[in-house]
Amino acid sequence: MSGFSVTEPSNRQKWIAAVLVILYALITIAPLLWIIATGFKSPEDAIAYPPKVLFEPSLEGYVNLFTTRTRITEGMQQTLPPPATWYQQIARDSGTMIAGPSRYGQRFLNSVVIGFGSTFLSIFFGTLAAYAFSRFRVPIKDDLLFFILSTRMMPPIAVAIPIFLMFRQLGLNDTQLGMILLYTAVNLSLAVWLLKGFIDEIPLEYEEAALIDGYTRFQAFYKVVLPQAATGIASTAIFCLIFAWNEYAFAVLLTSGTAQTAPPFIPTIIGVGGQDWPAVAAGATLFLIPVMIFTILLRKHLLRGITFGAVRK
Amino acid sequence: MAEVTLRNISKSFGPQVALADVSMTVPDGSFVVLLGPTGAGKTTTLRMISGLDRPDSGTILVDGTDVGAHSPAERNMAMVFQQYSLYPHLSVHDNLAFPLKSPMLRTPRDEIARKVAEVAEILQISHKLDNKATELSGGEMQRVSIGRALVRDPQIYLMDEPLSSLDAKLRSDLRIELKRIQASMGATLLYVTHDQIEAMTMATHIGVLDEGRLVQFGPPREIYENPVSIYAASRLGSPKINILPADLFPGAPAGAAHIGLRPEHIRLGEGIEARVKRVEHLGDQTRLHLTINNHDLITLTDPHTTDKPGDTVKITPQTPLCFDAGGDRIK
Repeated sequence: MSGFSVTEPSNRQKWIAAVLVILYALITIAPLLWIIATGFKSPEDAIAYPPKVLFEPSLEGYVNLFTTRTRITEGMQQTLPPPATWYQQIARDSGTMIAGPSRYGQRFLNSVVIGFGSTFLSIFFGTLAAYAFSRFRVPIKDDLLFFILSTRMMPPIAVAIPIFLMFRQLGLNDTQLGMILLYTAVNLSLAVWLLKGFIDEIPLEYEEAALIDGYTRFQAFYKVVLPQAATGIASTAIFCLIFAWNEYAFAVLLTSGTAQTAPPFIPTIIGVGGQDWPAVAAGATLFLIPVMIFTILLRKHLLRGITFGAVRK
Repeated sequence: MAEVTLRNISKSFGPQVALADVSMTVPDGSFVVLLGPTGAGKTTTLRMISGLDRPDSGTILVDGTDVGAHSPAERNMAMVFQQYSLYPHLSVHDNLAFPLKSPMLRTPRDEIARKVAEVAEILQISHKLDNKATELSGGEMQRVSIGRALVRDPQIYLMDEPLSSLDAKLRSDLRIELKRIQASMGATLLYVTHDQIEAMTMATHIGVLDEGRLVQFGPPREIYENPVSIYAASRLGSPKINILPADLFPGAPAGAAHIGLRPEHIRLGEGIEARVKRVEHLGDQTRLHLTINNHDLITLTDPHTTDKPGDTVKITPQTPLCFDAGGDRIK
């Protein structure tokens, strides 16, 4: 090595770095831990002041999240048969009786279908478009790319009213398909730009070699380009999923019943039988899990980084 | 294997002329080497034939059939890229098997295994078959990229400086091996190189390219002994041909502006006096750097010569090559 050298950091510097990183991690993760903890508190503990760090864990929040309940009086308590299951017991202890399942499960399922569906479509169309923009001589390419980017220059909610009217005309209001299409449309510009960057980095030589080796252009694309774009596809997919998963404003506006996702549903839990913070926290905790799993599954592609290839520069 | 014919191929990249009206026939079973400096159009010629680029004008015939509209896959040609172009996500084995698995070939599994093992053996990369393509040295990558061509039985092999980053020993091994494969299989090969030893030892025909034009095409000996111009004469020969003013020696033919002297055209012992500037002992040969009236020339002498710098020797040109002012040969 000439020209510059990297000196090994001293122990002191390492310690400072470690402390800073841990501090940052704690600050970032604190709200998350608070939410998770609140989900396991009783309603009294949840609103206790000063806040309780140590508390007796309770599943009341989770039971409340998944059920609808009716309040029962002391007198009724005597006449009812004893609770048959542990969750009925929990409900009974808080002076209620389970009337039926809540709609959380179904809302959650909507979120899964819409989130992953729109992510899949964004990646599918985004990869094809990015490949075309990267490799082919597209007329007015730069203008098209700028146009695609420009769809993200205003907050998506700014076009909420036209979209609302359009959806009503097309019968897409409150449908999973409508939400999938909407989130795909919003995510596509991000996907095209991110993926184009990744595909630009893959040398053309690999495809040429595949063409010579007896493959068609499309076969070269999915046998040679796609595997090498895995890093880009994985990170783009995570971005798309996080957006679609967390999106609130459109979900409130365009869904109400059958296609409602979890984000607009969770706050409505508050209203049922007082301010039920543990149930809200439980809903939020469970809501985090799919994105976390998805990110962890794709992490190895992110960490693998760019393969410095077998092409001589 | 097939005969490949180029007819009046021209190609420009913007204002840059890459090929100008190139016509050439690569006969079936021949080993044709393209010579020329960087930018002469060697690689462009290979890309035209393979179908990776389309010519602006002209036709390419394979066994008499115009392949202008055929995709690279349909042309069934194997190509060794100068920049290797190994698939980084695949192992060495899978890189070698990749062309055999193509929809064009659909080779049975046991035959893939046999061919890959055979080629890996020839190229001395059997021990690396399970490596990722990215975990190889430059020389190993280059051998894998040659192997990816050799596993096939194509119409023609196109090779773009395939031995350039190998060490001397491996390079001479593979030179012999490639020539052997070509001769025993009756393969047709079009080969691009800078290395004149490769050109002289392997080629049945040499094509000399100069700024996109094919200036001479013929057997290596003919190019060496009978070059059409100073440019063509300079492509072959080590030490390089000496180009001197024609009037430096008596007896130059009318119209000659330059004479070209290869070492075998220079007789030492009598004639014009030349001063020895430097003596290079290369082991198998000894190079004598001479100067006559401020014109330098290099020739070969007896390996055990006692000449040393400052000495004077006498030289006479013998049947030199004569060129006119434009560099063209006068016969």
